[in-house]
Amino acid sequence: MQLDPEFLKQVVKGIASTDDEELHCNECFDQLDCFAEQVLAGKPASDAMPLVQSHLDRCPPCREEFEALLDALQELDNE
Amino acid sequence: MPEYTNQEWLEYLRSEETDPENFNQALADLRDYLQRGLRYALASRVDANRLDALIEDSSQDALLRILDKMDTFRGESRFTTWAVKVAVRLALTELRRKRWENIAIEDLVPEDTGIDYTPAILTDTVKLPEQQTYQREVMGVVERLIMSDLTPRQRQVMIAIIKGGMPINEVADRIGTNPNALYKMLHDARKRLKQRLEEEGYSTHEILEAFAEG
Repeated sequence: MQLDPEFLKQVVKGIASTDDEELHCNECFDQLDCFAEQVLAGKPASDAMPLVQSHLDRCPPCREEFEALLDALQELDNE
Repeated sequence: MPEYTNQEWLEYLRSEETDPENFNQALADLRDYLQRGLRYALASRVDANRLDALIEDSSQDALLRILDKMDTFRGESRFTTWAVKVAVRLALTELRRKRWENIAIEDLVPEDTGIDYTPAILTDTVKLPEQQTYQREVMGVVERLIMSDLTPRQRQVMIAIIKGGMPINEVADRIGTNPNALYKMLHDARKRLKQRLEEEGYSTHEILEAFAEG
């Protein structure tokens, strides 16, 4: 089985940043509205909710949902 | 759109029987708000010719979901933020489902013979700067541990997700599990590999520093 270097690099980073306690996607989602409002208010959301931040850092689909949510909220606020 | 408080949103959206006028008005206002939000969220992510249909479908699905799940709203944000969050997730989940519908896990993962194969980059003897030498060493160890300490299933989903880029929901559907259980499987695999790395004397702090660039 061939494991290419780019994959291994991603795995190494993923392992090294692994925490004993991590949120599942749904647990992250539960807090995402609160997290997004703090970000938009310019508050240090990643300090206040570090588990949400670290889940977003490692989970591309959740990150995409968060970024799309921010886009929507920002523009809705500007209306 | 009239401004509702969180309390008013919840009250009106629960009043289909008792106060249909406010219920219908609140529902119409929420639909309109979700559709505008979805357009902002999706404009740069979806082909223009599919945008209207996706907004229409997702906002309708979201309204049903919101009415059904209103009791799970914690009141820690504005109600409308929570509602847009639900709508955005439904839309992007649908988008991903379409994007991946014809792709099997096997398309993304090489055949797993259980035999360790060491890529040339890990064995070639070209002189490299110290940091790259260290990176190469760690990658070699991790590759060995992936083959020795993970199950074939763990290897398979790790490759499908990290290398193949397949979303966790899509992988979970294909192997007959749910996303939470799959996340736990991956988390367990990463914890196991981290523990084994540390047992072999590698500090995760040093690794993070060495791999920080690129």
